Amino acid sequence: MAKQISCSRSRDLDKLLLRSGNLVGPTFDPGTDLRNDLQEYAKVLVVGAGGLGCELLKDLAFSGFKNLEVIDMDRIDVSNLNRQFLFRFHDVGKPKAEVAAERVMERVNGVNIVPHFCRIEDKELDFYNDFSIIALGLDSVEARSYINSVVCSFLEYDADDNPREETIKPMVDGGTEGFKGHARVIMPGITPCFECTIWLFPPQVKFPLCTLAETPRTAAHCIEYAHLIKWDEVHDGKTFDPDDPEHMQWIYSEAVKRAELFGIPGVTYTLTQGVVKNIIPAIASTNAIISAACALETLKIASGCSKTLSNYLTYNGVDGLHTKVTEFEKDKDCLVCGPGILIELDTTISLKKFIDQLEDHPKLLLSRVSVSYRGKNLYMQAPAVLEEMTRSNLDKPLHELMDKCPKDIVHVTGAAGKSGSKQSCLRKLRVVFKVNDGVIDMDVANGA
Amino acid sequence: MAEHKTKYDRQLRIWGEQGQAALEKASICLLNCGPTGSETLKNLVLGGIGSITIVDGSKVEEGDLGNNFMVDESCIGQSKAKCVCSFLQELNDAVKAKFIEENPEELIKTNPSFFSQFTLVVATQLVEESMVKLDIICREANVMLIFARSYGLTGFVRISVKEHTVIESKPDHFLDDLRLNNPWPELTRFTETIDINVPDPVVHKHTPYVIILIKMADEWAKSHGGCLPATRDEKREFKEMIKSRMIAIDEDNYKEAIDASFKVFAPRGISSSLLHVINDPSAEVTSNSSDFWIMVAALKEFINNEGGGEAPLEGSIPDMTSSTELYVNLQKIYQAKAESDMLIVEQRVRDILKKIGRDTNSISKTKIKSFCKNARKLAVCRYRLLEDEFNSPVQPELQKYLTDDDYSIAVGFYVLLRAVDRFVTNFNSFPGQFEGVMDEDISRLKATAVGLLNDLGCNSSTLTEDLINEMCRYGAAELHAVSAFVGGIASQEIIKLITRQFIPMSGTFIFNGIDHKSQLLML
Repeated sequence: MAKQISCSRSRDLDKLLLRSGNLVGPTFDPGTDLRNDLQEYAKVLVVGAGGLGCELLKDLAFSGFKNLEVIDMDRIDVSNLNRQFLFRFHDVGKPKAEVAAERVMERVNGVNIVPHFCRIEDKELDFYNDFSIIALGLDSVEARSYINSVVCSFLEYDADDNPREETIKPMVDGGTEGFKGHARVIMPGITPCFECTIWLFPPQVKFPLCTLAETPRTAAHCIEYAHLIKWDEVHDGKTFDPDDPEHMQWIYSEAVKRAELFGIPGVTYTLTQGVVKNIIPAIASTNAIISAACALETLKIASGCSKTLSNYLTYNGVDGLHTKVTEFEKDKDCLVCGPGILIELDTTISLKKFIDQLEDHPKLLLSRVSVSYRGKNLYMQAPAVLEEMTRSNLDKPLHELMDKCPKDIVHVTGAAGKSGSKQSCLRKLRVVFKVNDGVIDMDVANGA
Repeated sequence: MAEHKTKYDRQLRIWGEQGQAALEKASICLLNCGPTGSETLKNLVLGGIGSITIVDGSKVEEGDLGNNFMVDESCIGQSKAKCVCSFLQELNDAVKAKFIEENPEELIKTNPSFFSQFTLVVATQLVEESMVKLDIICREANVMLIFARSYGLTGFVRISVKEHTVIESKPDHFLDDLRLNNPWPELTRFTETIDINVPDPVVHKHTPYVIILIKMADEWAKSHGGCLPATRDEKREFKEMIKSRMIAIDEDNYKEAIDASFKVFAPRGISSSLLHVINDPSAEVTSNSSDFWIMVAALKEFINNEGGGEAPLEGSIPDMTSSTELYVNLQKIYQAKAESDMLIVEQRVRDILKKIGRDTNSISKTKIKSFCKNARKLAVCRYRLLEDEFNSPVQPELQKYLTDDDYSIAVGFYVLLRAVDRFVTNFNSFPGQFEGVMDEDISRLKATAVGLLNDLGCNSSTLTEDLINEMCRYGAAELHAVSAFVGGIASQEIIKLITRQFIPMSGTFIFNGIDHKSQLLML
């Protein structure tokens, strides 16, 4: 009886999963086993429970997946309600991940969604390794970059530097702004990872401080003056909180004063919020389109029921309707999805010295480094308990901590980048120990 | 009110209070509330559309629970229209939500006047015969119409409106209107009061590039018989000339001037697309003309007279390195010219209104002002009647699609989406809808598609077996993800039509869910 109901419920999806076709993926094996495997074994993580995340959860729940998890650190705000359809007025203030999971489970029978109300960095790496596919519904470059580095850290290469298939964790990424958006498929090691094509996300333009201080010309200049200069001058040490309406009101009235002083038109409260919080306009329809494309690709990756997007879809509805698929190329020297940065070390070098080296390494410039090897924490900066537990390793030779393995992958996390714009990241290093005056032969190393 | 503003903040930043007001005034009718229709409405209800009326005669079945979020277990056996309506109402209580339990195809046949009460009708999952009928009804009643359909991994969206005119098209990247190649007297006079060769380095690096370029263009013209740089060599020489005036390497204003020098080389006068608009037969106005065309008529007169070949000045300038004082003064000069151009157009609008016997104040000043500010970006969209497209598609386009690799899947789906409707007329089910007759359905669909292509005067060899098989495999399935995509597009186009902002899609959008190489077909 139960089986019959499930058959009937998947009336439409069954056509795609149970019937053979010629325009399908190479691994496609249609049948009820495929449908059952999707339900039982496929596990998808949705990162972000906002405009894209809400849609993704719904779309995936209707695309044959029964095991979903969602992670988001935010709480529901009134300004979410014009598009994040799983939330209502009375939900304002509650964690997005929890409400979203509950709403979809209420309406789609049989689907199980585990919510995680926390920062993406709060989870152990193993958490992410547990999923078959990770779908990203994010609005920040930093968060995408972080998840990308985590997923790429699972990737292993064989002796010929070809990616090991079982270590490839597919990612599907969506993004929107107003009437525009993109959806992409990332197969680490095969298609470009987020970092390979980071140039697709140009850094935000910032106004020079001297313009703000001396030659303001636009309303935005007056607002940023109040926000970045005047606030600190007036409020001794008190940090500005963009979510505090009183703070925002203060910025607004200061910006108005400055604009009047210089005869500059156009400062409004809405603009002030937009500039200070860098608000990206967002609507339901674009989120729906992009999420649907992402969910469809997730289904195709998991089932092979059709070809996969290769590999980047852009959508633009400003002037007519334009969609375009671009096949971007992988960056062979990518620090994140490549085989890893090669670091040659003496067998005598201590963990502490190794960590110091990473700070000066021109490609890494990592500070506050934590090190792990084969899932074991060698040194952790935080939390304090772990730091204390691992501190004694600092003076030991890294070679010994790695069980005298002559060549292996070491994962390091830390803050990368120049001061001022640091962001947390994860890097994969290929550590090779020098013996006497030469690098150990690879084949011998593998035998050890 | 404050709550309204906060709730809609992220979309007000796109279409503003005016766009929002238009949405809140609009009444939408949905035909068929499967996932495609339901998802279309969901996106509109969240955004605060005025009212929705859902027409669907079916009852909720078990299968609907697998693709439609708007129904759940408790709905089984009940009216689908009623269930979807009550869920959508939950999303936004500001929306007036109604439902009618009736088969849309019946309604089209028996009660055509029903549709005239709506701003827009969105018709989903209709077969060809009903689409053609509804199209004629809505065209006559002057009701906007949009079709959407999801079918396996394909589907389409098609707008049908006789004419849609847009003032606020809000393009992403549009060349600013600085008139560096054709400054008006006040701007020239202002430029003359400024000495760009001042020795003070602070003043020198804060002279806006607009002034630098106008001066340089003037200087160039004087030594080149009144002409501006035209050849590649001349353009390079002009840039070198600007560079030679820098007195320090960190002068951003000069770098901006070099980057913007193409604005000096740009041809004077209006773009070909604007020329197209003012030469449209509708610009010959009568008492029946719309406000838009009356303003176009006035614009045409302006361009040919006071404008000296140019449209009214837009009046805004981009941010550029400058002292505050010079920038603000420059801004005022541009605004003043825009205002005086607008006043001339306004007078011409009033004269035209008088001439055609309409109230001279029937078009507001605000509207004329917005029209003038956007004069260079006007858009006119027209859509063929579905019947005309189906009976006589634009042959050169069709032939191009049939032979172009980039279009082969999309045009294949276009043909097959029509073929399945012929199929259903002949065999009372969609190909592959039921198990066990797959092989038979494949050959029948093939024969139907070949027949259709022959009717259209096309070579039938272009349709691949693989795609015909694929279409049968779909068996008219309405997959949720595809419906969410197609419905998402439909709702976005509806927003553009109702707000009269941005430019709606033209032609027929064919969704290609196989590799996402979707296409617009201009048939």
